[in-house]
Amino acid sequence: MNINFTLFSQAAAFAIFIWFTVKFVWPPLMRAIEDRQKTIADGLAAGERGKHELELASHRSADVLKETKQRAADIIAQAEKRASQIIEEAKGTARDESDRILVGAKAEVEQEVFRAKETLRQHVADLAVAGAAKILRREVDAKTHADLLTSIKAEL
Amino acid sequence: MASGAELTPTSYMTHHLTNMTSSVGEGAFWTLHVDTLVMSLLLGILSFGFLWSVVRGATSGVPGKRQAFVELAVEFIDDQVKSTFHGDRHAFVAPAALTVFVWVLMMNAMDLLPIDIMALLYELLGLHNWRSVPTTDINATFALALSVWLLMIFFNIKVKGLGGWIHELVCTPFGKNPLLWPVNLLFNLVEYVSKPLSHSLRLYGNIYAGEIIFLLIGMWAATGLAGTVFGTMLGAGWAIFHILIITLQAFIFMMLTVVYLSMAHESH
Repeated sequence: MNINFTLFSQAAAFAIFIWFTVKFVWPPLMRAIEDRQKTIADGLAAGERGKHELELASHRSADVLKETKQRAADIIAQAEKRASQIIEEAKGTARDESDRILVGAKAEVEQEVFRAKETLRQHVADLAVAGAAKILRREVDAKTHADLLTSIKAEL
Repeated sequence: MASGAELTPTSYMTHHLTNMTSSVGEGAFWTLHVDTLVMSLLLGILSFGFLWSVVRGATSGVPGKRQAFVELAVEFIDDQVKSTFHGDRHAFVAPAALTVFVWVLMMNAMDLLPIDIMALLYELLGLHNWRSVPTTDINATFALALSVWLLMIFFNIKVKGLGGWIHELVCTPFGKNPLLWPVNLLFNLVEYVSKPLSHSLRLYGNIYAGEIIFLLIGMWAATGLAGTVFGTMLGAGWAIFHILIITLQAFIFMMLTVVYLSMAHESH
């Protein structure tokens, strides 16, 4: 346990090693570490920004979706209204048409009836004349009594 | 394993605790502990060379495993320094703390090498007395502590100026009253003397004691079968515990260095 010259040699070695570390070991490593810290910080910030933007975009898409849904609902409502309108119109038209057909049919039926009556009258007149002729065979001359006969026919 | 002479416990211990010396001048002071110097230089060059080689290829991108390991150590030191030293720590204090921690840790770690096998190897190289652990040499630890002490005085003068430092020496901690000046000065002198002593002796004592325990276990292991079995178990246990001690002592030495240098930077 004696102090001797080793002390100085050891101190010199220590000084050299300190100088070496201060000069060559510490600064480059610190630079690398600080650069990396900066990169990581930037990356984290970018991530944060991306997250924020994603949130904004999702808000925007939700808005667009809501608007679209609203518009679709409007269109459907309009279409339904239009459809019921068309149905109403069609019903009205159909009713008119049916009325018209009914009227026409009635007129035709009356005409038919009238014609049948006419025919029937003709037949009855003929029958009456034929009967009268049989009765008045000798007395009645068709030619002389034409005026009479015609007036009778008209009365029937 | 002293060759030739009879092997006694005393000669065994003495053999392992004797440095290889080389005389560089007249008188007892001018001797050099070659083993201490060579081992510490070797370890320093190895560890700082490793750090340098890793740092030279350091990338700010994804680090490799070696770089991650070095960064882990460096950031650990940097955190410790940050909590103690308030100033531009990157300029000197933090790298100096890294130097102290790495170097002392490496020198302490030599304590884990099996002493007798190492002695055998050294013997093969023709080195009769060769101690592996530089920090079991008071010269090594005292050199470190004294260097830190000189740095402390240097930074005191650099930060506060010579006048400021002398003012601090005579006016703290008790007060500015001229009657108190001698007391203050005496108090500070005691502090300045005790700092390097406690700094160096703490490290030296711990590691030296650790080595002596290893030697005692080694001696027990030589006494017979039971001794070998228990010596092995005890040796392994002590080595595992010693991992904690060498790391802790290196850490304490580093922290004290940082604290002393921080105190030199701060005026009271």
